[in-house]
Amino acid sequence: MKNFQIIKALSSSSAVTGKAKDNSSMFIAGGTNLVDLMKKNIVAPDKLVDINGLDLKKIEFLKGKVSIGALAKNSQVAEDASIKEKYPLLALALAAGASQQIRHMATVGGNMLQKTRCSYYYNTDMPCNKRVPKSGCGAIGGSNRMAAVFGTSDSCIAVHPSDMCVALAALDAKVLVEGPKGKREINFTDFHRLPGNMPEKDNTLDSRELITAVEIPDNNFTKNVHYLKVRDRTSYAFALVSVAVALDIKNNTINDVRLALGGVAHKPWRLTETEKFLKGKTVSEDLFKQAGHLSMKGAKGFGDNNFKLTLGENAVAEALTIAASK
Amino acid sequence: MASKKTNQDKVTSEDASSRRDFIKKSGLFTALALTPPSLVMASEKKWDEKIAEYLETVPLSIEVNGTKHNLNIEPRTTLLDLLREQLQLTGTKKGCDHGQCGACTVHVNGTRILSCLSLATMQQNAQVTTIEGLSKGKKLHPMQEAFIKHDGFQCGYCTPGQIMSGIACIKEGHANSREEISEYMSGNICRCGAYHNIVDAITEVKEGGKEI
Repeated sequence: MKNFQIIKALSSSSAVTGKAKDNSSMFIAGGTNLVDLMKKNIVAPDKLVDINGLDLKKIEFLKGKVSIGALAKNSQVAEDASIKEKYPLLALALAAGASQQIRHMATVGGNMLQKTRCSYYYNTDMPCNKRVPKSGCGAIGGSNRMAAVFGTSDSCIAVHPSDMCVALAALDAKVLVEGPKGKREINFTDFHRLPGNMPEKDNTLDSRELITAVEIPDNNFTKNVHYLKVRDRTSYAFALVSVAVALDIKNNTINDVRLALGGVAHKPWRLTETEKFLKGKTVSEDLFKQAGHLSMKGAKGFGDNNFKLTLGENAVAEALTIAASK
Repeated sequence: MASKKTNQDKVTSEDASSRRDFIKKSGLFTALALTPPSLVMASEKKWDEKIAEYLETVPLSIEVNGTKHNLNIEPRTTLLDLLREQLQLTGTKKGCDHGQCGACTVHVNGTRILSCLSLATMQQNAQVTTIEGLSKGKKLHPMQEAFIKHDGFQCGYCTPGQIMSGIACIKEGHANSREEISEYMSGNICRCGAYHNIVDAITEVKEGGKEI
């Protein structure tokens, strides 16, 4: 690893100012992804701004919403009794990600900013437009079993690896950020972006901005929720396909629904069309099969990952069935 | 126990940064005349690596297994390398060094973490417990005894991480069933496949109710 300087930020504004002074600097929180990337020389900042001293660790239940500080640890949120009660889908998704050691280190803000695990991004001998713009995409025409099936471009077919983000996209979360120009909010579904011809840009955050919190509005999704993660081993593996589903069922009728997929796109893939289709309908196995089919409309495989088209359909139907039966 | 004196120099990194630029523009004698900021040029020009090393480090106070250390370390030193290379605590193992195997699991302020993904400089004033800190004199920790009793290892390389993780798994309240133990121990990989025996060991310690 290249050596670097490290400074400790004492406030979010000083963190932003400290970083803005030096464009090659980066924020560090849990470091579980960044330190790994630095060891592999995929990123090599001259300076790190350690933000762990900032007062951004609290989970606050406010009127009509919960505000989760960007530095709250993944395990802290996953095991918070009130989060489990009021936003169980988020707790389930968090518990499905990484290992307990990593969840103890990783923060909510860092989870959002983690890089893809596409093997071409990590192998510096291979071309990757995300790592080195204009160098080409090794995954297209290469080994692409983990790759995206939605929203891909000729430049990149990588997926966003987070589980937490799939639940946050489903639950209409908002991202609170602070930058040199002040504070702003970003809808969670607008936070991550599709690769287009700029796959090096994962999200819509300005390089000088700092995530300070994530807010989730109150909802009625406290019972019939499920996070189904299909992966190569039972635990501690990235998703091939994952489904975050939240149902509000009254008298066997779907009063409201939220649905999002992970492991299929460069961002958490919200299924608004399937949500519209399901709303107001009576719960049935056949309905959920149709929903699965509809959800994968427009998906495109790249060879090794063609299985995700069928897997996605079945996973959506299965997740809906499990959620409805809770 | 190897321990160096803390660098008394109170120069902040930002000061060091501007000084670094200054030094780059100045000559050797000017640079040497300054009190110790980061003397990057010495390292670039391979003048005297020992001077460069001293000047490129940051102070760290850390407590490991009850012993306080005041050290000067490079910012890029991971907690794992600090333990193994500087404090000679080689019980904590370097498996993958990329956060995928759990062999480097230690407790920091009572929480299990991966020391390979943790920068030591970010553990200022932390209390670290490693496998070496578990036994009381010659009396092994109940989890160590249970691993021996249940054959919780073959080659033993993952064992320190498994034991540190197993203790934390019980303390966190995630050892209530074999399934739950498997899930919450999934960050510790064992290539010999001693998983069943590891779960047996953790189950026995949990049910034994001894202080851990």
